[in-house]
Amino acid sequence: MSALAEIPVLSVNQLSIAVDNDGTPVPITDDVSFTIGRGEVLALVGESGSGKSVTALALMQLLGAGLRIARGEIVFETHDGFRTDVVRLGAKGKAIEALRGARMGMIFQEPMSSFSPIHTIGAQIAEVVQVHEKVGRAAARARAAELLGKVGIPDPVGALDRYPTEFSGGMRQRAMIARALICKPSLLIADEPTTALDVTIQGQILQLLRSLKREFGMSILFITHDLGIVAQMADRVAIMYSGRIVESGPVRDIFRHPVHPYTRALLDAVPRLGDIDRGRRIQPIAGAMPNIFDAPSGCRFHPRCPVRDMPRCAEKLPPRAEVEKHFVECIHGERELAK
Amino acid sequence: MSALLTVDHLSVRFPIRTGTIWSKIVGHVHAVDDVSFTIMRGETLGVVGESGSGKTSLGLAVLRGTEPSGGSVTLAIEGRSIPVTSLDKRDLRAARQHMQMIFQDPYASLNPRMTVRDILSEPLVAGAGKGSYGSRQQIDALVVDIATKCGLSRDQLNRFPHAFSGGQRQRIAIARALVLRPALVVCDEPISSLDVSIQAQILNLLAELQQTLGLTYLFIAHDLAAVAYVCNRVAVMYLGQIVEMGTTRQVYFTPKHPYTEALMSAVPEPDPDAERRPILLSGERPDPAHPPSGCRFRTRCPYATETCAALMPPLRPAGDGHLVACHYADDLKLRGALELRGGTEAAVQTNG
Repeated sequence: MSALAEIPVLSVNQLSIAVDNDGTPVPITDDVSFTIGRGEVLALVGESGSGKSVTALALMQLLGAGLRIARGEIVFETHDGFRTDVVRLGAKGKAIEALRGARMGMIFQEPMSSFSPIHTIGAQIAEVVQVHEKVGRAAARARAAELLGKVGIPDPVGALDRYPTEFSGGMRQRAMIARALICKPSLLIADEPTTALDVTIQGQILQLLRSLKREFGMSILFITHDLGIVAQMADRVAIMYSGRIVESGPVRDIFRHPVHPYTRALLDAVPRLGDIDRGRRIQPIAGAMPNIFDAPSGCRFHPRCPVRDMPRCAEKLPPRAEVEKHFVECIHGERELAK
Repeated sequence: MSALLTVDHLSVRFPIRTGTIWSKIVGHVHAVDDVSFTIMRGETLGVVGESGSGKTSLGLAVLRGTEPSGGSVTLAIEGRSIPVTSLDKRDLRAARQHMQMIFQDPYASLNPRMTVRDILSEPLVAGAGKGSYGSRQQIDALVVDIATKCGLSRDQLNRFPHAFSGGQRQRIAIARALVLRPALVVCDEPISSLDVSIQAQILNLLAELQQTLGLTYLFIAHDLAAVAYVCNRVAVMYLGQIVEMGTTRQVYFTPKHPYTEALMSAVPEPDPDAERRPILLSGERPDPAHPPSGCRFRTRCPYATETCAALMPPLRPAGDGHLVACHYADDLKLRGALELRGGTEAAVQTNG
């Protein structure tokens, strides 16, 4: 890891997000902590209902109605000395608006629903520059065209006057990346950006994100459920299960030496191209992700865990073990990490 | 082994219309264009391809869920052959007991106002075989039996679909498709809307049911690793045509079509140390209403020449039942899934 990656851009500390359930707040993420260093890619991995997307939205104070940050801090600091706690900024006001889309950019899974269908691509990208910087319309349009060219859209100047519906899925995703990067953010939050795309187009977009990361020197929080993409994109990985990060560490450690039973089970559940020959059977994980309103006591994975130690695992949260930045929340963690 | 399904020169065209009231047909999209293949009894044929390749239209056309515009589909059941494409409405309804479909989205494919028991017994009481499945008790026994085989418990039968998770809903959809004991099941992206840990459950369930019930699958998916896991043979589709077909090993390890090679190289392998030499295709799939002349893949193919623009390559034998539609199949040295990832050559050589 480079020395730069040691300097955090984002430090999330004990973040808990709660949903309002008839007046009583129910935590949907609990005690989530992670850091992202400069120029680093952190993959936040989890299945639906794990809380990964809601965590990403909280980083930009974009939580929907009924959701709020109950506890914790989100410290965001950039190379020019800017430092703030996003939680304190609140969801409204000039301070958070100056951050969103400028210092932090975000791209989503479905590019069609994040563009307005009745405005041109050019207007929607140039608008971001005009909101955040004191530039005229012509200059903003020129910047938009430059970015569209960078993300690989043919005839970028002509593309400015086209509408989102005239673009294919892959081109729309490129346009969304252009819009997210136009103010040179220090952190890009990418929430399943290739899930809706074909595999050959996915390859193009991942390649594009890698080269833009180098060019812009930005950090990326990459949210995905696809372990193949994690292996390809991430420097570090955090695995979420039912609202908690259960394991995190450098990508190689997580894939070579997974410790948490859930991480292991996930890796065993994915078919691989080479399996035809090896006769490997994929191992499903029994049961399903628990309902957040009815989360199990103790370790939330214990009802599905093959190596649980009852009643200990159901009684209280397992301790967090760490060896060389590889963290695990499991009663067997310390022993397994030492291996 | 004998052939269960024979698909011969099947085509599906959709009209393109303009205007709203006095609409005119201004052209056609060839969603499926002259596709032929057979599936042996007990076999799983995978159909892979990207969105717009026509794989879903192909699956629907085989069951006449959408009307083919040309070609024929024949099903061989109990010694007689059923000409699916020329059946009238009544006979088609009767034939449907032999061929069923599992859809992608178990949230959209189950009626929310029916209990699981009603969903599973409906094919027995409302289909063409109405009255032939015996008394209510006998029908209920069939329902309980198939539900159990699909991993659903008896007390779950009285509940409504909303009470189930995505994986369990897909089990219900599978049970519904299998309650008539069909010979052929078309699985259209049966796992792509499910979580990783649940996908494995469903893949293993489908494999298990194939064994116990002697099923034959047409397995349509874009997930190449999942297809490799369950399929004996694979057909690769691009813009409505099959560009390559063979055993899973042939197609994955010794591909002969440049599109297959690119697809294999694009799959991200869950291994941070896997050597990656992705072949990044330029551009995107052309508009299916206006496919390129000659080979349809030529606009994105790194090996294309003038010949490819002039002549459409036919799907032709390339040895050992391997079929490929490329002018240069014999000359190109393409890399398979293992070579692309720096895997051992040994496995490829044993393919011999």
